[in-house]
Amino acid sequence: MSAAAAPASDRSRAENRLGLRLVAPAIFLMLLVTAFPMLRALYLSLFNYSLTAPDDREFIGLGNYVTALTDSLFWRDTAVTVLIMVVTVAFELVIGFVFAMVMHRVIFARGIIRTSILIPYGIITVVSGFAWQFAFSNNNGFVNGWLPFIGDDFNWFGQFGSGIVAIMVSEIWKTTPFMSLLLLAGLAQVSEDMLEAAKVDGATWWQRLWKVILPNMRSAIMVAVLFRALDAYRIFDNIFVMTAGAQGTESVSFLTYRQVIEQFQLGIGSALSVLLFLSVLLIAFLIVKIFRVDLAAARQEG
Amino acid sequence: MATLALAGSLLTACGGDSGTPTLNWYVNPDGVDTFRTYAEKCSTDQYDIAVQQLPSSATDQRTQLARRLAAQDSSTDLMNLDPVFVAEFANAGWLEKVPDDLAGEITDGGDYLEGAADTVTWDDGVYAIPLWANTQVLWYRKSLAEAAGLDMSQPVTWDQVIDAADNEGGTVGVQANKYEAYVVWINALMQGAGGDIVSDTEAGRDAKVDLDSDAGRDAAAVIQKLADSKARQADFTVSNEGTSLGQMFPAEGPGEFMVNWTFVYANYKGLVGSPGGPADEQQFDDLGWARYPQTVEGEASKPPIGGIDIGVGAYSDNGDFAMEAAQCITSTEAQVDLAVNDGLMPSTNSAYEEVAATGDFPEDLLDLYRTSVDEGGPRPKSPFYSQISAAVQSVWHSPTSVNPDSTPKRSAEYLADVLAGKRLL
Repeated sequence: MSAAAAPASDRSRAENRLGLRLVAPAIFLMLLVTAFPMLRALYLSLFNYSLTAPDDREFIGLGNYVTALTDSLFWRDTAVTVLIMVVTVAFELVIGFVFAMVMHRVIFARGIIRTSILIPYGIITVVSGFAWQFAFSNNNGFVNGWLPFIGDDFNWFGQFGSGIVAIMVSEIWKTTPFMSLLLLAGLAQVSEDMLEAAKVDGATWWQRLWKVILPNMRSAIMVAVLFRALDAYRIFDNIFVMTAGAQGTESVSFLTYRQVIEQFQLGIGSALSVLLFLSVLLIAFLIVKIFRVDLAAARQEG
Repeated sequence: MATLALAGSLLTACGGDSGTPTLNWYVNPDGVDTFRTYAEKCSTDQYDIAVQQLPSSATDQRTQLARRLAAQDSSTDLMNLDPVFVAEFANAGWLEKVPDDLAGEITDGGDYLEGAADTVTWDDGVYAIPLWANTQVLWYRKSLAEAAGLDMSQPVTWDQVIDAADNEGGTVGVQANKYEAYVVWINALMQGAGGDIVSDTEAGRDAKVDLDSDAGRDAAAVIQKLADSKARQADFTVSNEGTSLGQMFPAEGPGEFMVNWTFVYANYKGLVGSPGGPADEQQFDDLGWARYPQTVEGEASKPPIGGIDIGVGAYSDNGDFAMEAAQCITSTEAQVDLAVNDGLMPSTNSAYEEVAATGDFPEDLLDLYRTSVDEGGPRPKSPFYSQISAAVQSVWHSPTSVNPDSTPKRSAEYLADVLAGKRLL
């Protein structure tokens, strides 16, 4: 619906109403499916409530939020999650862009190349977690053997630093194709005429990339970064499989899982999931804002 | 073959045309073949029993059962429960109460061993039926104890055991990795000193935390002594039930003292002549066993209790049938079979007598098991047990950092905060 300046005719208003009526059931169903669990989590987060002690449930208002936000464990896990998000998204953006360029410009064996780039994204995260866990294993993995500067019996999951690297490698391997797909769509939008014009003006390849391609892909890059950042912030599967949160490699999702599923603490667990939801909202807001600022700056330059 | 049998039982489970209901029995992976036999034996004209296997780790077993029960699953009829889950599940309202006449039989101190009966009671009710009872004893090399001049016919203390191993170049095997069995050790040490990790557990979140006590300090002192001793094993901080088995009959050295569950006897018996086991029958005869060591000299030790209890799901469509089946599954005959086939020890005196009659186990070993279960101590029975356990583990691990002056106090504060919902785990 474009915001037409002219007042809408009766007919188009009637069409709008009909359209609303037609989508109403779908909207209602969506709300039921998405809003109900969220509201229930909000409600539960106001109680000190354990599944194994239903009679001891007590209303404590925002007590769970105070507990979570004043606990060093929550902040440590948040820092770990942010670290994973920043590092993986940065790597994926660069590698994903290279892949997108390859897929965009490749002349021969297009189908094969595109398919092989996309394979990791088609693999279930838990499975890829196991695959990388085996790869990094000091008993039967190949990583130690391939890396000359690392001893064959080095235990990757024995300490925080190498453990988090292993987790991030599996995450990057798995989701880079997703990033490159989104970036490929953005590349396709860059008009060939502009590139031709830049070529004629004598711009080098590097200049064309920075002055023409990237600025014209801004929205595609934003969408890619936004989607992946939100996804990365909720990381759970590979951590669950590879370290089970040991050596301080726990993410906020994993902390929430432990409170709810292992400890049966529905109250604090719900509070944590609400906090997780708010964090994701905040990240989305920040990313949109950052890119907007850039857009405005670009306009001023122009 | 097993898959075929399972597929068969699943098919019959789906064949609802016959009109006989199918009871689902969720079992843990120890002794599954015997469980299958009894699922068949205990099926009647009125119902069939189908065995469903749970994951191998106790945490995963608990999670899977809890998720079904929290959703009020009507097809969860019978389940094998680790003793520490009984209070949790019963308090959540997930377990059918055992009828009074049967409950009386379990708790009257007659046939059922006290330690086993103790694991199924919660809040003045009985919520499960003991199937088999596990306990820990002190396994050791007779030659090692003799060289150290330790009289093993008398109760020994942790101090004596650690000193004996230290002086003779032997080691002491325990379970001190950051997991449930470490809490088993800490709990047994504290109970041996007349204390408890928590008391008044029926008050739920308001249970009294007793870690910061003389008993807590005595327990910490034993752990510290072993951590600082030459008798400590190389993988002490990550040791579990399996890691110290290889130290009993090492290629070099006098062997070890080790606290461990009852499976140890059958384990070494089967390893005679193999790597990791005794070289020959003569060396196997050098394996000794004694009651769990005392924390405090002169005060009887409280050996740990484990095992499996059978619970009936509160939301089962066939609760009466399930309760009937549970009695059949836990019969004397079934307990004897579990002991003979799988080395899982009985929870009743009558079953013990029959196992003794088979001659499969040394008489004095069976007596030791029986006394240990009868006089042993359970872990805290609380609807918040998983939190209690995790909170204790997080402060007491690593065992090399345990200090009687600070650890009990710190862990008491932390546990109290966790129970009150003021700290995250």
